[in-house]
Amino acid sequence: MDTMSRSTTAPTAPWGRVRRSRYLADRALKAICILFTCLGVFVLGWILLMLLYQGISALRPEVFTNTTPGPMTQGGGIANAIAGSFILTFLGIVVATPVGVLAGTYLAEYGRGSKLAEVIRFVNDILLAAPSILIGLFVYTLMVQPMGGYSGWAGGVALAIIAVPVIVRTTEDMLRIVPGSLREAGAALGAPMSKVITKITWRAARAGMITGILLATARIAGETAPLLFTALNNNFWFRADLMGGVANLPVMIYQYALSPYQNWRELAWAGALVITLTILALSIVARLLFRKDVAR
Amino acid sequence: MSSIALDTSSAIGKSTANTAAPVRIAVRDLNFYYGDFRSLKDISIDFYDRQVTALIGPSGCGKSTLLRTFNRIYSLYPEQRAEGEILLDGQNVLSPSIDVNELRARVGMVFQKPTPFPMSIYDNIAFGIRLYENLPRSELDGRVEEALRKAALWDEVKDKLRQSGMGLSGGQQQRLCIARTIAQQPEVILLDEPTSALDPISTGKIEELIEHLRTEFTIVIVTHNMQQAARISQFTAFMYLGELVEFGPTNKMFMTPTKKQTQDYITGRFG
Repeated sequence: MDTMSRSTTAPTAPWGRVRRSRYLADRALKAICILFTCLGVFVLGWILLMLLYQGISALRPEVFTNTTPGPMTQGGGIANAIAGSFILTFLGIVVATPVGVLAGTYLAEYGRGSKLAEVIRFVNDILLAAPSILIGLFVYTLMVQPMGGYSGWAGGVALAIIAVPVIVRTTEDMLRIVPGSLREAGAALGAPMSKVITKITWRAARAGMITGILLATARIAGETAPLLFTALNNNFWFRADLMGGVANLPVMIYQYALSPYQNWRELAWAGALVITLTILALSIVARLLFRKDVAR
Repeated sequence: MSSIALDTSSAIGKSTANTAAPVRIAVRDLNFYYGDFRSLKDISIDFYDRQVTALIGPSGCGKSTLLRTFNRIYSLYPEQRAEGEILLDGQNVLSPSIDVNELRARVGMVFQKPTPFPMSIYDNIAFGIRLYENLPRSELDGRVEEALRKAALWDEVKDKLRQSGMGLSGGQQQRLCIARTIAQQPEVILLDEPTSALDPISTGKIEELIEHLRTEFTIVIVTHNMQQAARISQFTAFMYLGELVEFGPTNKMFMTPTKKQTQDYITGRFG
């Protein structure tokens, strides 16, 4: 009876000091964890609230229809930057997806226990953590210099190089979750390995792989550094051949946020809000997709 | 060949072993290695046409390993290898000149855990057929239905052929896997503990199914369940530590085994 009433509070004698100190240590660790979680969430919430507050007040209909203004020009919008960002991200993901998915498939399916696969996996992990400005510089020397100027193509390739390791990693991880018994069952029907992979394992890992591609999209949509040296930015719509600078949201935000002009700074906030909401939407879609498939 | 006199009054074995049946698979001096570990030791055994042969023995005795050599499924893993001869209709399946994928279409396999593919019930069955035959739609429909009927699953799924095979119950999934295997019209069906993950009712259905399939296919089944071996097989092989201890008609194996080890295992004294 007595123990029942005491069970929710700290135990006291006769169980002794050991038990009490463990109890306190447990409580202390829990408190520290909660404190730091709150700290992280607080900072994140602060950023989002600030962004919403400043961004919404800057959002006017013409923001989505007008191009970015020059210096000392009133009004203006970010329509060209939104379109450019869309094109660059699309280009990047279209280039990165086949490379990433096939490389991830090699690592998970063909390269089991091979030295080459181990090396590729290691290099991929390095690439995953590479500073994005380096990738911008790399593409600058690889494409911008030989082609004689900035271009949307160079921007797309730079973004693709950032997306590839993300897709390789998630593809490999998702394929590894597929039970080996499914591969054996496919092989037992006389299916060659290529059929087992394309018809069975890819299908089983589909949701996870698409999630990885969406997350990679979200990642490159907000990249600034690799575009500084490749697509740069300008105040016009992108050209049909994608040569010359291509306006895009991250570099636009970088340039306008630090400007002395009130309307530029407002447009930077608007752009920041648009890009954040897009990434948020992508992440939510990715999560829903993944959860739905796991539940099934 | 004269058939051995059998105790037909026994409840063991639903039908008597036909030792006059032709040999479908002849294993000769088979050795198997996981890396350096020799897990099958000089196995020689015959499997008779359209008979059910049960492989029994304690865990790790090599019965599943033996089964996995018949369709060379072990070759998915580079560190595993088999030496010796496995003659399927006189042809050595271990020979490098054999096309393993064709072999696997002739020798079907059903696993311990149901392995439905992440696709519709229809496509699960059609998958194996499409690999080797290019049939017009109507004919394919017929083959799918025939396979599902033979696997005693048709009545339960005929209205939801387009739904995912993953949505079926465990027992239904296992019958789907059996249907998928017989849809390819193999000669031999290998069953690796096909009911150990199922409830007793589903197990009963599968056992009944095996009894029917025997009229068409040569069946080799690995089982941990001695009663199951006694109920459904005509021949039984008892293995222990990678060796074939005793092989014979099921009723003889269960009533009058010649080796003491066999008797001890069957009566539950070890294993």
